Amino acid sequence: MRIKNTTFYSIWIPITSVVLGLLVGAIIMALSGFDPLANYISLLTGALGSANAIGEVLRSATPLILTGLGFAVANSAGFFNIGLAGQALIGWLASVSFALAFPGLPSILMLPGAILAGAIAGALWSGIAGFLRAYFGASEVITTIMLNYVALYGTNAVVKSFLAAGDGDYSKTIPAAARLRTPFLEQLTQNSTFHWGLLVALAGAVVIWWLMKRTTMGFEIRAVGLNEDAAQYAGMSTKRTIIAAMLISGALAGLGGAMEGLGNFQNIIVNTALPPIGFDGMSVSLLAGGSPIGIVLSALLFGILKIGGLNISIASTTPPEIVDIVIAAVIFFVGANYIIRFAGQRLSSLKGKKEGATK
Amino acid sequence: MNAMTLLLTVMSTTLVYSAPLIFTAIGGTFSERSGIVNVGLEGIMVMGAFASVVFNLMLGKSFGGATPWLGLLVGGIVGLIFSLIHAVATVNWRTDHIISGTVLNLLAPALAIYLTKLIFQGRGQTDIIQYPLDTMTIPGLAQIPFIGPIFFTSTSLVAYLGMIVAAFGFWLLKYTRFGLRLRSVGEHPEAADSLGISVYRYRYIGVLISGFLGGIGGAIMAQSITLNFSISTIVGQGFISLAAMIFGKWNPLGAMGAALFFGFAQSLAIIGKYIPVISGIPNVWFTLAPYLITIVVLVLFIGKSKAPAADGTTFIKSN
Repeated sequence: MRIKNTTFYSIWIPITSVVLGLLVGAIIMALSGFDPLANYISLLTGALGSANAIGEVLRSATPLILTGLGFAVANSAGFFNIGLAGQALIGWLASVSFALAFPGLPSILMLPGAILAGAIAGALWSGIAGFLRAYFGASEVITTIMLNYVALYGTNAVVKSFLAAGDGDYSKTIPAAARLRTPFLEQLTQNSTFHWGLLVALAGAVVIWWLMKRTTMGFEIRAVGLNEDAAQYAGMSTKRTIIAAMLISGALAGLGGAMEGLGNFQNIIVNTALPPIGFDGMSVSLLAGGSPIGIVLSALLFGILKIGGLNISIASTTPPEIVDIVIAAVIFFVGANYIIRFAGQRLSSLKGKKEGATK
Repeated sequence: MNAMTLLLTVMSTTLVYSAPLIFTAIGGTFSERSGIVNVGLEGIMVMGAFASVVFNLMLGKSFGGATPWLGLLVGGIVGLIFSLIHAVATVNWRTDHIISGTVLNLLAPALAIYLTKLIFQGRGQTDIIQYPLDTMTIPGLAQIPFIGPIFFTSTSLVAYLGMIVAAFGFWLLKYTRFGLRLRSVGEHPEAADSLGISVYRYRYIGVLISGFLGGIGGAIMAQSITLNFSISTIVGQGFISLAAMIFGKWNPLGAMGAALFFGFAQSLAIIGKYIPVISGIPNVWFTLAPYLITIVVLVLFIGKSKAPAADGTTFIKSN
């Protein structure tokens, strides 16, 4: 049975997946003796009930938009960039290091400089995987996974030996000129951690939409993703396109990391695990089917789930991990979209038959 | 430390750290030989580690000394059940293998910590287990001069078990009808199907073996190294096992060799400071070594040609 790929399904699948994911979460909560409905209500109030909560949701969505876009660009070229987390971490390290290295810079130079440092560092890090794939055929899935851990332990070593004072586990706070959080925004959102990075993320979404749909490079990236051999035969340099896609992808992930460094944390810490914005960004992008508008929306949804999830465990004894279970279930259904399409077509063909029978 | 004790310590820590990787990497080999890419080994290990620790804490008193060994079995079974998600998604529901594997990695830590909090009154990590997989001296073999003290004194029995499993797995894949069929569905499912071999069944078996062995791997990790379960029990061992599988060229014995090598690299991070020649090298380099070596090996020696031909593809049976 052939399954049609239509715009209808590109909207229908994410919505069905989210509903099914929430349903799985509800079943698990019910089985463990918690009240799903009350928990989902406290999730919503925890995410949208106050200016502070909305600020936190937007802050949490900001890096996810960027890492999500990063995943989407690489994915259009046919690559699975699992290394977003490592690239984001390197971007975080670079942006904070830049800010700490030039404490005297005025804001007008400092902010663009630090943000750019994050993007460049992320791009170089993913560029390694792109280069190895283009010239040696090394699977980017494996190289990016390995580079994730190199980034994690390498960054920790750099923070400990160069950036932290004494035996500390975190760097100094960055100078005020490099901060994306401002007193104005804090006042606006009842002291939330909301910061100007959201504008960077939204600008990123617009730029990537334009790049992918309106430029030759975007066309080449998509062509290589659809059929590498055909693209080569049509005269495109597949090697160059592969590397370009990975550089753009890593730059976006690095920007995501810079948002954490300059906005959320305002320093860099020794991380025990890879920053969650990597895999969450991947999930955001998968849910959105790679479309920039979809990525913004699904990043907001993830922000609501993550921030609202904290309120679940305040209002009841339900562990907040239930939210991550829901997210995993949502991505499971996105991945298994064949079954959703199959069910959808069965339903519509059944309906068609019934209508035919009554005529 | 004199040379002898040093050698003994290197040997025994290498084996202790290799054991989880050996089992998991062999598991990954079976899955990929049947044509199903399994990047979800990390998640499978998490579930195995979680299950074995819960079992060990709950029922340790009833089973006494047999507890950690039964814990391995429990971890394996829970890993197997967990891997069913991957099997259903990739074999029946045509999910991209990497997306499905990633779902396992997203789901396992969340689910395991959720359950930990339910079982242990809201705490995100368990107590220390009372019946760990201790290092032991193998009677008889330990008496062999020179070799005995190095290889068989206070050593990891389970690592030797892993080597036996590797040898058995090698034989199974290479010399049995079952192995030939499993490999055939990973190399050319259409041809296998035309000969009447059930592609779906063999792919299920491949994934479930990876679930069982990966679960055991996680259980070994938890019961011999971390000794409790928390979010930081399994941090990257599943991915190192994946690397060992590739490094070992999708061959159980090769995977075992690579796992031993990575175990050695990890043990150097712990005892490197006692070894005269390399004591000056910062520890971080030993921590990074397995990952860097994997990249270098992948680039220099493997390329993309060696994976089973149909690895990562979906087989759709035509009517």
